[in-house]
Amino acid sequence: MSQSEPSDTSEHPRAHHDMGGVPKFLCEPIDTEAHALTPFDREVDAIRGILGAKSVMSVDELRRGIEAIPEADYARLSYYQRWIRSIADNLLARGVISEAELRAALEQA
Amino acid sequence: MTPLIEAPSERLLAGIKLLLASKGIATAEEIAERMAQTDRASPAQGARMVARAWTDPEYRALLLRDGAQAAEALGITMRGLPPLGVLENTVDTHNLVVCTLCSCYPRAVLGYPPFWFKSPGYRARAIRDPRAVLAEFGTALPDGQRIRVVDSTADYRWMVLPQRPVGTDGWDADRLAALLREGDMIGVTVPSAA
Amino acid sequence: MLAPGAPVRVRDDWPEARGPCHIRTPHYLRGRLGTVVRQLGSFPNPEDLAFARPAPTLALYHVAFEPRSIWPDAGGDEIVVELYESWLEAA
Repeated sequence: MSQSEPSDTSEHPRAHHDMGGVPKFLCEPIDTEAHALTPFDREVDAIRGILGAKSVMSVDELRRGIEAIPEADYARLSYYQRWIRSIADNLLARGVISEAELRAALEQA
Repeated sequence: MTPLIEAPSERLLAGIKLLLASKGIATAEEIAERMAQTDRASPAQGARMVARAWTDPEYRALLLRDGAQAAEALGITMRGLPPLGVLENTVDTHNLVVCTLCSCYPRAVLGYPPFWFKSPGYRARAIRDPRAVLAEFGTALPDGQRIRVVDSTADYRWMVLPQRPVGTDGWDADRLAALLREGDMIGVTVPSAA
Repeated sequence: MLAPGAPVRVRDDWPEARGPCHIRTPHYLRGRLGTVVRQLGSFPNPEDLAFARPAPTLALYHVAFEPRSIWPDAGGDEIVVELYESWLEAA
């Protein structure tokens, strides 16, 4: 059994999504109001569900992709904006779509 | 990481939809069907389970033993979804659920996670200072009741079984279910018959 | 297999410092002492699933911690977290 004290967590590189007890958010009031989802939010959510059900992308891969978003963008983007970025990242990483295809689709969209 | 994925979000969604449709992975019809299916899950489902547990000791035991089976028993589809754990509030202990890492939420029985559940303030503070968080929801617990905070980090999803409010003797399950709000089943609020 | 009541320590490990990873053990628990509540079953390791790698199955436990051992100013009375066996050592 180790008797050593746990290391001071402030010395370690906490990932920015790992928010439990983090001082910078402790004074942030909680917005307890209901916020209706937008059509964008619901579509992104549905696409994630389909990709999961068809084993194209797991929820763990979705999370990995969200966590890979740089901190400033993570803070700026809405919840489902992070999701669609992670979905695109994962579809590229898995080779489901290619960069050339995505570039062309973005021009068409 | 390619800058392509940093495209404006609406455009990124439109582009991904084009590609998924052309590859036969997700058509517009499938997306619409999925949205309709997801919209059917709501806090009313969890409320039915809680109200049944308040009125049926056998169901209560099942709910606490295996939340997913208890949901299925009321016709809520749980196949392919994460296991559901149920945390029982008692006179001694109040439970509060948070996901400090992302936003794990018992969606099958409560629907989409609410805005506050996904917010940095809730994710950071609920685990460290739950009483202050409850106060912001207008919730004050009785003196002496302990708070257990459950950080939903992994494969389970967690919902709270609140205590049945006083003044509801003789109420049937429908009337009891109508008392319940989503926050009661996460632990930020407690139901009341007043 | 850890029995309910068994004292455990969460590994004081920081994979974040070593490169891309996906971990479900919150930073605030690293190196902390806790008590096993019960086993919740076994699940494929999300650290592998997140990278679409073959994922070995791991036992998942509910583990209880004393909040004030983590934050002296903590306001709750108990913290309970799902943790995989790979993050736990006997204490």
